[in-house]
This record gives sequence, C-alpha cells and structure tokens, in this order.
Amino acid sequence: MFKKNALALAAAVALALPHEAWAQTQDELRDLREQVKQLEKRVTDAEQAAAQASNRPAGENAFNPAVSLILNGIYSNLSQDPAKYKLNGFVPSNGDVAPPPRGLSLGESELAIAANADHYFRGTAIFSVSPENEIEVEEAYMQTLALSYGFTIKAGRFFSAVGYQNEIHAHAWDFTDAPLAMKAFLANQLSDDGIQLKWVAPAPFYFDLGAEAGRGKSFPAGPDGGRNKNGFSSSNFFTHVGGDFGTGTAWQLGASYLTTSPQDRVYDDVDSTGTAVTNSFTGKTRLWVLDGILKWAPNFNPTETYFKLQGEYYRRKESGDLTFDTAGVVGTQTGGYGSTQSGWYLQGVYQFVPMWRVGYRYDRLDAGTASIGLVDSGALAAADFPILAKYNPTRQTVMVDWSPSEFSRVRLQYAQDKARSDATDNQIFLQYILSLGAHGAHKF
Amino acid sequence: MRSILKFLCASGLAIAALPAAAALNVFACEPEWGALAQELGGDKVSVYSATTALQDPHRIEARPSLIARIRSADLLICSGAELEIGWLPLLLTQSGNSKIQLGTPGYLEASQYVAKLEIPKVLDRALGDIHPGGNPHIHTDPRNISKVAAVIEERLAQVDPANAGTYHSRAKAFLDRWHAAIARWEKEAAPLRGVPIVVHHKAFTYFINWTGMREVASLEPKPGIPPTPSHLAELIDQMKSQPAKVIIYSSYNSPQGAQFLSERSKIPMVMLPFTVGGTEKAKDLFGFFDDMIERLLGAVK
Repeated sequence: MFKKNALALAAAVALALPHEAWAQTQDELRDLREQVKQLEKRVTDAEQAAAQASNRPAGENAFNPAVSLILNGIYSNLSQDPAKYKLNGFVPSNGDVAPPPRGLSLGESELAIAANADHYFRGTAIFSVSPENEIEVEEAYMQTLALSYGFTIKAGRFFSAVGYQNEIHAHAWDFTDAPLAMKAFLANQLSDDGIQLKWVAPAPFYFDLGAEAGRGKSFPAGPDGGRNKNGFSSSNFFTHVGGDFGTGTAWQLGASYLTTSPQDRVYDDVDSTGTAVTNSFTGKTRLWVLDGILKWAPNFNPTETYFKLQGEYYRRKESGDLTFDTAGVVGTQTGGYGSTQSGWYLQGVYQFVPMWRVGYRYDRLDAGTASIGLVDSGALAAADFPILAKYNPTRQTVMVDWSPSEFSRVRLQYAQDKARSDATDNQIFLQYILSLGAHGAHKF
Repeated sequence: MRSILKFLCASGLAIAALPAAAALNVFACEPEWGALAQELGGDKVSVYSATTALQDPHRIEARPSLIARIRSADLLICSGAELEIGWLPLLLTQSGNSKIQLGTPGYLEASQYVAKLEIPKVLDRALGDIHPGGNPHIHTDPRNISKVAAVIEERLAQVDPANAGTYHSRAKAFLDRWHAAIARWEKEAAPLRGVPIVVHHKAFTYFINWTGMREVASLEPKPGIPPTPSHLAELIDQMKSQPAKVIIYSSYNSPQGAQFLSERSKIPMVMLPFTVGGTEKAKDLFGFFDDMIERLLGAVK
C-alpha cells in the first residue's frame, strides 16, 4: 500500500517536471524507492514484532512456575495379603514396601512445582498426596545455577543420590514397584533433609563426584524423624562415569557409599511364644551401592525402538546393639548385633515398536548370617527373632506398557514374589500414569 | 575414606593431563546451529553438536556425554520455542556451568530472533505435542539462517571479544555467499510454488512457507503422535479427491508411514535431510538447502 502510493506520487512528480530535470529525478526516484523499501521492511518487522508480542502472557501470573501433576491409579490382584507383606531375613525398614491394597486403588498423586527463583537459584517442590489423603513433601529443594567449574549445591529435602533408581520418581520407573533391594535397604526410596555438593569434571566423558550430609530422618537411619542432635546423622558419597559407545549406546556406572548411625531404630516382630514385641537397633550402618545403566537406540533416536539395561548391587554392613522387647512385655534385653547383607536386581526394557514396551526384572536378596548376641549367649532363642532367620528373597517380574504419547502410560505387570519365606505371592498390576501440565525432563 | 581421597587425587591428575582447550567451546543443540557457528567462528571455535539429523530433537535423552560437553561450553545455541524442553533444562541444571544459563550472553535461543509460524491459538495436549511459542523448526527457511547468523556473530563477539574482528569478517563473508545462494535457490525452487504436499511431521513448515508449497496433510494425526492406521486410511481417501504431488518425511522419521501412503495413493515419496548431516549432500548449510530443493524438484517433475 505504501509502495503503491509512493510510486504514484513519484510518477506524478516525474511527469510534471521539465525534460532537463529528468536525470536528477531518476536519482530522486531511486532514493524514493529505497526509502519505500525500507519503510516496507519496517512495517513488516513491526507487524511481526506485534504478532510475537501479543503472544506473550501479561499480568501478575506471567511468572507462574512450571506446574505438573502426575495422576496414577492401579488395579492389584494379589494371591497373598499385602497387609502381611514382609521381606524375610531383613530387618523391616518400616517403609512403604508392601504392594498396594487388593482391588482398585489410587496411587500417589504428585504435584510438582519448579522455577528459577532468580539468576542464582532454582527451586523445586514435589508434593505427593497419598490415597489415604495425606500430603507428604516428597522433595523440596533449592539448587544453585550460578556456581561455575562444574559445581552444584542442592539443599532441602531430596532423593538421595544413592544407587541409580533412588533419584528417579516412581512415575518414571519402568516397573510398577521398586526393586526388592531398594525396599530392603532404602525403605522403598530414600529422601532426606540435607545438603548435596556435586562436581562435574571438565572431561570429554562424564565424570562426577558428590557428597551429601543429611538429617537421617528415615531408614536406614533412625529413629523416624531423625536424632535430636546438631550436625548431621547420615552421609553419602557418590561418583558416576558415563559416555557413549559408537552412535547408539550410552552408558553410566555409579558407586555410592552411605553411612549413618541409627539410634533406637525400632521394628516389630513376634517372639517364640507368639507375643508381639518391638525390638530396636543402635549402631552403625554402612551401605555400598554399585549401579550401571546402558541404553541403546539406533542413532540415539529412541522414537522407534530402544533397549535399556539397568542393574544395581547393594551391600550393607550393620554393627551395634540389638534390644529385644523395648516395651518390656516379656523382658527387655540387649546384646550385640552384626550382619552383612546384600541384594541386586537386573532389568531390561525394550521398546519394540513406537508406543509399546516389554520388560523383565530379576530381584534377589541375600540375608547373609546375622550374629545376634542374645542368641549366641543363649539368653534367647533364634526363634525369638523370626524375621531375622536366614532367607534369600527372590522375585521375577514381567511387564508390558503402552504410551500413546509422552504424557500417558498404561502398564500391565505380573510378578512372582518370593519375599516371604513361607509363601509365593503372585501379583498382577494394571496401572495408568498421566502427566498433566509442564513438560517434564527425565534424568538419564 | 583413604580410598576416596586416592580416587580424588587420581581423577584430579587425569583431568590436569587433558590439553587446555584454547578455542571457544560452542554447544549446539542441533547440527544447523553447529554448522552456522562453525562458518562464523572458523578455527576460533570448537563446535559440539548435541544431536544429529538422524535424531528427533524433541526426544533426546539427557545422556551423560551431553552433560560432560555442556559442562565446558562457553556458548549454547539452541532452537528454543520449547523444542528441547524434554532434555535441555536437565542438562543446564546438571552442568554446573554458569556461563550458559538462561539470561546470560552464553545462552542463545535462535527462534527468538525470527518470526514464528503456527503459533497455536489454543493450548491443549489433546492437540498433540504442540509448542506454545510456535513451530520451532525455523532452520528450514534460509532467510531465518541469515537472521540467526547476525545474532550468533554478535554473541560470539560478546563472549570472546578478542576475536570479534574475525567473527565480523567471517560473518560478512558468509552472509554475502548466503544471500547469493538464497537468490539462486529462489530461482531454482520456483517450480515448487503452489505444489500440494503431504508431510510426516510439521518439520518443514518454514521451508514450505518460503518456497510457497502447500501443505495439505501430515502423516502424524497430531504433532508428535506417530502415524496410526486409521489416520493413514483417512489420508488415502483424501488423496483420492485431492491428490498431493509428493509425500515428504525427514531423515529421522521411519519411512513406513510415507511408504504405506505412497504405495496406495501412487504419490511419490521423498526423504529430505532434516538438517545438516541428514544426507550425503547436506554436508553444510549450503548443501542442506541444495539437496532439499534438488530432491523435491526431482520428485515433482
């Protein structure tokens, strides 16, 4: 429009001029054309800028943090009563280790909120609402953005970097439930109030070192809620190396070492006469974890197919005192306690066509031989500590899941769970997981 | 404890033994920005591209090797517009690198500097994996490349002022060649104007807009959702009444959907390099556009 008018004007001016001014007019015309061109460009630029600007949200909610909500529900068919679930051979971790109730039930709903607070810090909070209508702060932490040289500090409540799967939220797990090793050694999943320092090396491959100091608010520390003392009660050191093989395989190996000194960490058992008793452990716990993950996708493009192999090995040494019957129902007694226990799992997941995956997992725990002072001295019988009787739980799991988009998943899982020494639990789970809101980014 | 200390010392030594990197480290989320940074930076930059033309940039794993690379980056160049939302935020928080965080000169989102197409009017995941900021695949229009080149030149000079002169003269030389190439491409691609095409994913929207082709359908029923049999059946019907001239899919897509439709509707299909490195000929940005145009001209003849 501008162009037409301007040209018409220029033409009119040109026609009206005497012939001798022709050359000069030509120059002016060229200038005029150039001006029109520039004007036209400015108009288009302004239009584009306006179009882009109008798409920006305005108002005080423009700085809303990224919010996402995870919904999940499950149908469970269990051949054994989940209320009586136990891992024989292992001190009960009092965690959320039992399978979900029989029949239809709601899983944990997770609300995640995250944003950069400013140019120094990023904040993340994840609240989980249990089917029993309890709200739990699963994670709530700040993380530094502005530290250099590969350093990051995290503080608050977060999933400890012990092992591999512990740091990953349950909705992103490849199976409905946690590996037995996590149930036995981390009470399903370990989150603690603490501080973490991590350093990523300036190397062409991935290498990190990190340390965590925590309150020790839950198993394997104790008592529940943490000890009444200054300083910290639990510490964890970890390292990872990782990289690529060729143009399709990525790998990562990790090692971590968690130590804590539980005080009066209680658990329930029954003695040889069938009387319910509460026992407690005070001493030192040392947990080593080795973990490895390997992911393969043609050209690192997991859209069509991919394969994922994941495994972890846990080994725990506990030494200290075991108090029998803290409440004094049949008579409180204290003696020494020492054990070395281990466990591992290996799992593979294969996406064979877009949207569809199958997986297999094998779990095994080794209870080792516990030395119980009260039994060795003859004060009590081994039958007074039935849960600690040597037994090696195993489990085999298969699953198939369907994910029509990145934001939903439906999974069918079957497991043969031999966690109890006296019965095999055949477990069938049918589960959905939905992710609403902000697009989450998942850890490797 | 002693073993941890030993380990620390050993790893410290190993790292000290690495050669000191003199060049400016550029971390490009996609190969096109890597190629562009290389054109502008020459030997003053060391470019690492996080993805290849054989990968879907929406779905990348935040692999350990990527964290290792972003850890030492001085300049990050990504498409933005939420293309990398599934992996880049994680890399940034894990990097421990303050130089390339959002809001610093080392953080560059290319799509911020061009006019975006297909900005959705309604945001709902029922519409597929849509991007609130508009279509992020801006690199398929060569005019966008020149706009981004100017921004990259500016940023390179900002983070590495010592070599600003080099960046400026290289950028000028590149843009001269580039503008000449655009003029040539526009002439070559003239026969594509108005040609109806079927795409796999809305990956070439900007290219289609530039060449004046007409996108009449896409194999994905919704953005980011793989082709389904029912949707392909609908497309076969649609092609009967309004045939397209060519079906295109990109170097990272599986050809199955395109093949299915091509065989049944007798419409030729052609694979286009999604970006630099997607085909033998798409060695650099010039080759990328040369090859796209050549392949399309071959198919619609």
